Amino acid sequence: MVKIRFEDVVKIFGNNPKTALEMLKQGKNKDEILEKTKHVIGVNKASFEVNEGEIFVVMGLSGSGKSTLIRCINRLIDVTSGSIFIDGEDITKMNKEELTALRRKKMGMVFQKFALLPNRTIQENVQYGLEIQGVDIETQIKKAREALDLVGLKGWYDSYPHELSGGMQQRVGLARALAVEPDILLMDEAFSALDPLIRKEMQDELLDLQNKMNKTIIFITHDLDEALKIGDRIALMKDGEIVQIGTPEDILNNPNNDYVARFVEDVDVSKVLTAEDIMIKPVTIDYKKDGCRVGLRKMEKEGVSNLFVIDRSRKLIGYVVADDLSELVKKGESNIEPAIQKEIPTVSPDTKLTNIFHLIAESRVPVAVVDEDNTLKGIIIRGSVISGLVRGGGEDVS
Amino acid sequence: MLAKLPVGDAVEASIDFLTDNFRFIFRGVSSVFEIFLNGLEGLLLLIPAFIFIIAISALAFKLAGKPVAIFTLAGLFLVYNLELWEPAMSTLAMVLSATFVSIIFGVPLGILSAKKEKFRRIIMPILDFMQTMPAFVYLIPAISFFGMGKVPGLFATVIFAIPPSIRLTSLGIQQVPEDLVEAADAFGSTSMQKLTKVQIPLAMKTIMAGINQTIMLSLSMVVISAMIGAGGLGREVWMGIQRLWIGTAFEGGLAVVILAMVLDKLTQSVSK
Repeated sequence: MVKIRFEDVVKIFGNNPKTALEMLKQGKNKDEILEKTKHVIGVNKASFEVNEGEIFVVMGLSGSGKSTLIRCINRLIDVTSGSIFIDGEDITKMNKEELTALRRKKMGMVFQKFALLPNRTIQENVQYGLEIQGVDIETQIKKAREALDLVGLKGWYDSYPHELSGGMQQRVGLARALAVEPDILLMDEAFSALDPLIRKEMQDELLDLQNKMNKTIIFITHDLDEALKIGDRIALMKDGEIVQIGTPEDILNNPNNDYVARFVEDVDVSKVLTAEDIMIKPVTIDYKKDGCRVGLRKMEKEGVSNLFVIDRSRKLIGYVVADDLSELVKKGESNIEPAIQKEIPTVSPDTKLTNIFHLIAESRVPVAVVDEDNTLKGIIIRGSVISGLVRGGGEDVS
Repeated sequence: MLAKLPVGDAVEASIDFLTDNFRFIFRGVSSVFEIFLNGLEGLLLLIPAFIFIIAISALAFKLAGKPVAIFTLAGLFLVYNLELWEPAMSTLAMVLSATFVSIIFGVPLGILSAKKEKFRRIIMPILDFMQTMPAFVYLIPAISFFGMGKVPGLFATVIFAIPPSIRLTSLGIQQVPEDLVEAADAFGSTSMQKLTKVQIPLAMKTIMAGINQTIMLSLSMVVISAMIGAGGLGREVWMGIQRLWIGTAFEGGLAVVILAMVLDKLTQSVSK
C-alpha cells in the first residue's frame, strides 16, 4: 500500500520563485536558473511513491536536495509546486491546524545533531511530543519509558543529554520520535554524526526495531554503504533531481547513468552482493536417470571435473568427481550412486558475499546455492566470486 | 547658505501636541504609577531594616556564596549606619519598578524582534538612539508629560534602561540552535509551545544578562532623575553637588554603588 506519494514536487529557494519555476518548466537546468534569477533549485520535479512498512533511503551528496526533500514531507519547508500525498491526503493543501495534527500524530523525526533539549532530562525529552499534545502526565511518563526501554536506555531516564555519548543521545532522539507512535519516521542523516562502529550498531538496531514495528521510514544519508545496508529501496539525488530509484541491487548492477555509476564505483560490493548475484549455472546430473558414462561425457563436454547430483525436482543430493566415475566405469558399474559425496558446503541465495569468502577458501569443491527446499539454484566457484567483485554483479543463471 | 533645519521645533511641537491632547492619559498613567511606586516604597520600609539586611544576606549566601553574603551584610549595614536607609529603599523601589516595566515591555519586544526580521530592522536603530542620546534630554518630555516627581523619573529611567532587555532577549532567542527549533516544529508544537518550552528556557541565560544590564542602567539614572524630583539616594547626591557638600554627595554615591553591587551579584547568580 502506498503511504507517501510525491507528485512533481518542486522547491525553489528565493523571493520570487515564479520566474525560476517557469524556466524550470522550459527545461533549463539548475545552474542556468541560478545564474539568471539567483534562485536555487532545492528539489526538481520529484515524483515517487513510498510503500507502507518500507525503509526508503534518499541518498545524495551535500547540496543534492535530500534534506530539503525530507522537510517537505512534514512541511518544515513548503513546496513551490506539486503535491505530496500521505495516506491519500494532499498535505500541501492542509491548513495550520491540520498540519499540526499531522505532525503530532503521524510522524516522528530524528535529526543529524540529535536536537535534544539540554535543559531537560532524557525522559523529559522523550515526553516532549506527548506533552505538547496535552497527554496526561502518567501516560507521558509510561510511554516515554517504554520508548526508552525499546532503544536500550532503560534506567537512564533522569540523566541529562550531555552525560550521554553520541550514540546514546541519538537513541534518545529515536525514542522521542517513537514515543508518539507515528506511522512515519523521518530520519535526517540520523547516524551521520556517529563513529563508524556505533553507526553500524545503530543501523543493525534500526533494522531490528523495524522488524518489530513495521513503520514507514524515510532515511536520508550521504553514505552509499549505509543506504545499501538499510534501504529496501533507494532514491539517488543529484542537483535536486532524483536520478534513480531502485533496490540496492538495481542501483549497483544497473546504474542508469554515469553519475550513479561513479557513485557506486567505490562501494565495497562484497557487503551488498549476495550468493544469488554471483552464482553460476551448475553442470548437473540426475542420479536416477543418468549413469557413469553420461556423467563422464557431460564433464568432457562442459570442461569440468565434477558434477552436481540432483533428483528429478532439482533437489541437491551431492556431487561426483571425474576420477570416481572412471573407477566405477572400469568396474563395469553404471549407477553413479556409490560415487556420490554428500558432504558439500551450501548457502542460501541471500547470503552476503562477505560470509561466503571463508567457505570458498576452505572448500575444494564449489559452494552450492540452495533455497529452503534444498533445490539447487546455482553454484559459486572461486572464479565467479572474483568476477562478481570486478563486475559488481553476477551472470544470469536461468 | 542652507537655512537651519527646524528639527528642534518639530520635536517641541510634537511633544506639545502629545501633552495638550493626551494629558488625561498621561495624568491617569501618572497617578497609577505614583500609587504603585509609593506602595512599593512603603512596603520596603515596612520591613525592619535589620530583618531586611539579614534576609538579603541569607539570599546572597544561598545564591552566590559566602563572600557575596558577607559583602551584602556589611554593605547594607553601612547604608543603614549612614542614615541613608530610607532614601535607599526609595531608590530600590524605583529600580525594581523600572526593571519590572522594562521586563514587561522589553522581553515581548525582544521576542518579537527575534521572530520578525522587519521589526528587528526598525527597532535596533531606535534602541541605539535611546542609549546614545544623553539621558538628560529625556527629562524634559518626561516633565511635560507627567509633571515633577517620581513618575517622570521612572519614565526617563525606563527609556534609558530598557534597550538591553530587548536586545539580549532578541539575541538569546535567535541563538537557540536551529535544529532544536526545527525539532519543536516537527513534533507539532504551536508557536506558543515552542516559545515557552524551547526558546525561552534556552535563551534564559542571555535574557537574564539583559535584565541584569537593565538593573545597572536603572541605577545609573538615579542621580539624573533626582534632578526632576524623583527623590531617593539621587537626591542626596544632587543636594551635595548643588551645595558643594562633598561628604553628603560621597555618602549618597557610596550607597548607590553598594546597592548596585548587591543587585548585580544577586541577578548574575540567578542567571547562572
